[in-house]
Amino acid sequence: MPAKTIVEAVHDGLREEMARDERVILLGEDVGFKGGVFKVSVGLMDEFGPERVVDTPLAESGIVGTAIGAAINGLLPVAEIQFADFIHPAMDQIMNEAAKIRYRSNGDFGCPIVIRAPFGGGIHGALYHSQSVEALFAHIPGLKVVIPSNPYDAKGLLKAAIRDPDPVMFFEHKRTYRLFRQEIPDEDYTVPIGPLRIAREGDDLTVIAYGLMLHYALEAAETVAKEGISVEIVDLRTLVPLDKETILGSVKKTGKALVVHEDTRTGGFGGEIAAIIAEEAFEFLDGPVRRLTGPDVPAMPFSKALEHEFMPNPERIAQAMRDLAAY
Amino acid sequence: MAVSKEARDKTGGGKATGAASPNGQQPAAEQTPDLGGERLLELYRKMLLIRVFEEATQRAFRQGKIGGYLHVYIGQEAVATGFLDAYREGDKVITAYRDHAHALLLGSDPNAVMAELYGRGTGIVKGKGGSMHLFDVERGLMGGYGIVGGHIPLGVGMAYALRYEGTEGIVQLYLGDGAIHNGAYHEAANLAGLWGKSGMNPTLFIIENNQYGMGTSVERATAMTDLGAKFDSYGIEHEKVDGMDVAAVIACARRATARVRETGRPYAVEALTYRTAPHGAADIKESYRTREEINQWRQRDPLGLVEQRLLDSGAADEGRLGALRDEVKARVDEAVRFADESPEPPLDELHTDVYADVAAQQETEPTHA
Repeated sequence: MPAKTIVEAVHDGLREEMARDERVILLGEDVGFKGGVFKVSVGLMDEFGPERVVDTPLAESGIVGTAIGAAINGLLPVAEIQFADFIHPAMDQIMNEAAKIRYRSNGDFGCPIVIRAPFGGGIHGALYHSQSVEALFAHIPGLKVVIPSNPYDAKGLLKAAIRDPDPVMFFEHKRTYRLFRQEIPDEDYTVPIGPLRIAREGDDLTVIAYGLMLHYALEAAETVAKEGISVEIVDLRTLVPLDKETILGSVKKTGKALVVHEDTRTGGFGGEIAAIIAEEAFEFLDGPVRRLTGPDVPAMPFSKALEHEFMPNPERIAQAMRDLAAY
Repeated sequence: MAVSKEARDKTGGGKATGAASPNGQQPAAEQTPDLGGERLLELYRKMLLIRVFEEATQRAFRQGKIGGYLHVYIGQEAVATGFLDAYREGDKVITAYRDHAHALLLGSDPNAVMAELYGRGTGIVKGKGGSMHLFDVERGLMGGYGIVGGHIPLGVGMAYALRYEGTEGIVQLYLGDGAIHNGAYHEAANLAGLWGKSGMNPTLFIIENNQYGMGTSVERATAMTDLGAKFDSYGIEHEKVDGMDVAAVIACARRATARVRETGRPYAVEALTYRTAPHGAADIKESYRTREEINQWRQRDPLGLVEQRLLDSGAADEGRLGALRDEVKARVDEAVRFADESPEPPLDELHTDVYADVAAQQETEPTHA
């Protein structure tokens, strides 16, 4: 099996789905000629033509809105928002149109669109190229929210998202794009949207994380393992629909839970996880559910030092694990 | 150095006024103002500072001293230099993310701008913003903005406020060719036109048409490539200018700013220019355009045109230009040194300026009608 990066896996997923089903089209800023700013769609315009790989102007509301229209009328569009930070002009289309079409049409129309967007910091991108926006969309019923953290899941979940009859927000952490390689099958496979993955087994506490933070948590778990702390890690690769059973099963086993996300704290997805654990696994808890998150400041600053201060990192996660284990 | 002798030799005597740009678009023929030798030299010095500064930022990027995203103004110097020549105190300037030149021209300290690009605590916004997000309110720079189109409504609102407050100020609102396809532009331009009917919108829209929105050319982004004509929809008059010729830009800018200032109505200028540098400093491979095209535009390099004019008119000789280059280079070297030696911002800076100081807010007196 070839070893691929997440960028390559997303590329392969797109390419295979386009080859498999001619209803699949891509649209977005510089996705065609340039092959995408992160090179996700390199070669696809040559292979599938400009009617299926559509370069658009810098017009996010237009990109998403027309993709929704095409989806309602039988296509399977994959819209790329170049950076998740640019998605907000399209918020109206996503929230008021895509998410509500099925509900308001008595189920007659679905909106089988995928909106891909690179998110997250740690690349020195500053205010408008670093944000995590997943919680905004997780709050909107009617949308699914998927965040793969490794190449196998990136390809498999993307293929599942394209085949999904409902709108899927597909966020890729850009710091993970070329972080590592993983052997993945060349042939067709999907990873179902929903079920979570136990990324590491352990007994003393459960860490729930996604995207880049999943990798930092794994690194931190290695560190504290040498100190005798056994950490179980749940890869929250789908936020919506949420696989509560896997989270609760793990927490009931370990008795302690720590949620890690890079997104800012207040109203972040960690609060939702903490609430579910408190509601449904209270008697099993041996300590408070804790969150390690980005701080409540408006943006990730440019300065390397301040960016570092913003981001949770393996050292901080290891310390949070130690503190919770000792509780 | 900024412009090679070969490139200058190809400019053909510096006769640039109203020349067609290589994409065939024809700006209005412009009577260039009679810029005296010293004045032309001063303009040249400003453009040279931008060029040398930007080249230094590219070097620092390659050395890993500037990280993230870096968008330089190389090739477009005549546009901001010409328009900001007509800047008056009390005016406001707002632009997108290619903003270093605007800050330098408005008089921001090159040390503080360079330090910002390095992400240092001595930077113009204390290292929080970086390349795309400069701010210098004291000097009228109301910010560089990283979200394409996002700043356009802000500029129109600023213009409304200027008239509401009874000032003579106008807003120079810079936007790229890519931004004009964004919904924010269309909503804001409509409001500007509407409010301008009652003299409440002194916005000068300056379209820096550098031919590409990132990797997508104007022709591949719209069926209506006459970008000035987009303003027709909103009742805003417009013209084109040769954005490679600083003299032509200055003549246009004088007229346009005076008109906006007098009438309180918006006006739009499409400056035809070209970004000879890549979109971002990391974009080494530019599959969307050819080397030939870049070279063709380089023959009308804005600095080259001025150099030629200075030499032809006898306003300066090679010795004088060389001395000027050395002076500008020394200034930029100082900025680089300053940035290099500046400390990182203190970590608690992460949490400052999130909300206003409530105590200070309470001291603000309301303005009574």
